[in-house]
Amino acid sequence: MYSLGSESLIKQAREIQETELQKFYSRLVKLLQLKELGYETLDSLHRLHLILSANKYARTILRLSPDSLTEEHVTILSKKFVDWLRYASIVQGGGASSGGFFTGPRSRQVTELDGSVSGDFFTVLCVGQGFTEDQWMNVYSFSMLRHWLLTYHSVSSGNSTMDADDRSEVDGSVVSMVSATSSSSRLLPPKERLREKAFQYCQRLIEQCDQDPSMVFRTFPSIKALFGRLSSDLSYARVLLPIAQFYLNHGEMAAVDCECVWKLVFGRFPAELFNDPFLAHELLRFLRQNLDSLRLRTPEFIRFLPNFLKFLAWDSSAVVDDFVDLLPSLVTEGTAVEMLHTLLDLPCLSATLVLQFRSVDTQTRLLSLDAFRNPAFRGLFLFLLRVETGHTIDRLSTLHDLLAEAADWPRVVRCAQVVPVLLHIYFNTVVTVGTERIPSLETFRLRFPASFFLPRPSFPSCRVFSCHLLRLCKLRPSLVVDQSHELLEFAGTTANVYSKEEVYTHVVWVLGEYLSMSSDSSCSVALITSCFETLEAVLFEITSSAPPPGMVCPAPKVITTLMSALAKLASRSHDLIPRVSLFFSKLRTTARNGSVAWCADEDDLVAIVTRGEELWSLLKAPGVAQSVLTPPPHVLTPRWHRDTNLAVPLQLRVLTRLTHSQ
Amino acid sequence: MVRCFLIHTVCPVGALTAGESRVLYSRLFGPDEAVLSKQQREFTPEERRLLQKEKVSVVARRVRSAVSLSREASGRQLVDAVPGDEALVLQDADSGVVRLRAGEPFSEEMSVLWLGVQSLGFTLVCEPHDNLLLAEGVLRNLTRHCLDNLHMLGQGSEVLLKSSRIDVLLSRLLPHGQLLFLNHRFTQSLEKEAASSMAK
Repeated sequence: MYSLGSESLIKQAREIQETELQKFYSRLVKLLQLKELGYETLDSLHRLHLILSANKYARTILRLSPDSLTEEHVTILSKKFVDWLRYASIVQGGGASSGGFFTGPRSRQVTELDGSVSGDFFTVLCVGQGFTEDQWMNVYSFSMLRHWLLTYHSVSSGNSTMDADDRSEVDGSVVSMVSATSSSSRLLPPKERLREKAFQYCQRLIEQCDQDPSMVFRTFPSIKALFGRLSSDLSYARVLLPIAQFYLNHGEMAAVDCECVWKLVFGRFPAELFNDPFLAHELLRFLRQNLDSLRLRTPEFIRFLPNFLKFLAWDSSAVVDDFVDLLPSLVTEGTAVEMLHTLLDLPCLSATLVLQFRSVDTQTRLLSLDAFRNPAFRGLFLFLLRVETGHTIDRLSTLHDLLAEAADWPRVVRCAQVVPVLLHIYFNTVVTVGTERIPSLETFRLRFPASFFLPRPSFPSCRVFSCHLLRLCKLRPSLVVDQSHELLEFAGTTANVYSKEEVYTHVVWVLGEYLSMSSDSSCSVALITSCFETLEAVLFEITSSAPPPGMVCPAPKVITTLMSALAKLASRSHDLIPRVSLFFSKLRTTARNGSVAWCADEDDLVAIVTRGEELWSLLKAPGVAQSVLTPPPHVLTPRWHRDTNLAVPLQLRVLTRLTHSQ
Repeated sequence: MVRCFLIHTVCPVGALTAGESRVLYSRLFGPDEAVLSKQQREFTPEERRLLQKEKVSVVARRVRSAVSLSREASGRQLVDAVPGDEALVLQDADSGVVRLRAGEPFSEEMSVLWLGVQSLGFTLVCEPHDNLLLAEGVLRNLTRHCLDNLHMLGQGSEVLLKSSRIDVLLSRLLPHGQLLFLNHRFTQSLEKEAASSMAK
């Protein structure tokens, strides 16, 4: 469609020279002076226009005056709107036949959508052969009515039944205006009269909508009736969103039960219409704009969390922005743990939604599709497709195996790419939410033994985990003692050194740093010893033989981190020092013999051995070792200028220098 | 109110880098943001015009990437169309919405509706309170008219030279950026009018 021809046209237009342009211009002028304006003239004018657009020649710019209508203007316009909305003529406009035996005044009237003659005032749902000027103005006025009311008829004065915070309250005010003033509309000031007429217009539209519901209005009885009519048909989903907005705004005031609305909008729509990009956009926007209101009036909406995430799983790139805004509010004390699991499961959910789509297609042969249809695995997939929170699952690795071939489907890949971003936001939010349910460490126990279901570059997620693990432990050191069992289970599995190197390093570091009595008084010597033994065993194993087939040698960082952790633990329980020393001496001996199977690079080996020697010498002075390896907080955050005891030596030195210089 | 309607490329174009989009037609509605913003009031008219142009390019680029992501995810292959296939091509068109945050590049949040027809994107930038269901209908209508009248399928695309026709179309279907609630009769009336002015 966009052809090379067009491209070269633009190029020509851009590169036209001054002289050429002058020639073209004079030719055009000659053409315009001819009596007949032919195709060539028109074509030349178009080309001139193109040249001007492509070339940034300065043009006269029509500056629209800023919309600073005075109060008087607004009043006049409001009056005009009332005329056009309420009092437009109901006879058909130009072109209606005037002759003929059966024509009379009534046959020239506009009709309703079903053909019956209109009995009430003209609206956008009235039809005729042609339309008069004022009928057109009726259409235009209604089309811009909402914008007009929102801009110029702000509801600051008068209505005490109003929620001060509610932004879309203009229409709400229409309701209360009607109840306050019945038929004496002629006595109302122009703005209020417009609102009254707008309301009547809307009411009439609702009545006209009996045959063809395509617009949404705001009166509760009518709204309820509308909701009842539309809720059974999913093709009206987008139309139901403004109705849901109305329920949210006024449901409480009118003491109406909104449960059925939320069950439909949050329970059914995302589950069945996740692939409609327009619905996704509008529903997520609804959530974003009404978060405060929802949390106040319908706090249980959060149980539909798994459903909301379906939009993200299906079309991550389109809606990730919305979730960046929504996620912090969806993470509460109650949902924190489940949210983390659901985020990690997102690529699986993405694959499942694709399968759900493809399951109607009997032609495609896919292993995962067979699994999806297999009753034995039904439970697993149903878990992923669940609508509400409150469930957990055990057989993750089965799921991962079943969905292995989905790892390179475009949707799944995109989904996997957004997971680390959302994990960051999640962890940042979690630290501000209650302390008891910090989920990340518990997750390690459940998630890390199973492999990550993410395509090869799953390291971003690992990195997120590691980074936040450190942050969390720094904030709450006692967590390490609390969750030591889970952490040790992970750290004690040698396979993790090779397959999850980065996370492993961090876990070991965290254990070495925070497993102490100063972090948590419940930390016992037995616990320190048990941790020591676990890490010692792993260190021995990886430094005594070559890596398992298919794996590379462990990075020097892993080994030195293990050594440092052991040294730190030993400095807290001096009985362990001889064992560490034994290891370091063995290490030195082995290294002296030349290359080793577990370290490919000579320089790395030297660095490792050197580190070992440093730690060994440090441990020869046990009392000092502890302070050096795990400095107490007040050393790490020096405040010497504030601490008078420490400040004295400094003061003395200053004085000495001053006196000596004389 | 609709802030902008644009037609732009959504497939790779020889002279441009991979992610860029060539804007073939653009029309902005409503007051110039630069005029309303205090800090931008010091710009010359030419600078303001360039600023507008830049905003339009930003929108085009965002839509371009949304279109390619959507097409990649759905896995559908683009089939070359010939003149006469307009209705089919429109039916098969990809569609979606992009959310623009406040400041990127318009001063308030916008919802950008797009239709990807072959190598072209038809895009409508709508304000937060606009009726998106209505806007979608208007966009499809506009696109259909453009396809029918501007011979966009096949080799000779006249969109660059016939921009005045699109102007006429917009002045009828989207006067000053206002989305209209039109029943079928009103639409017929409008289209008759539009067709006759375009034929001139």
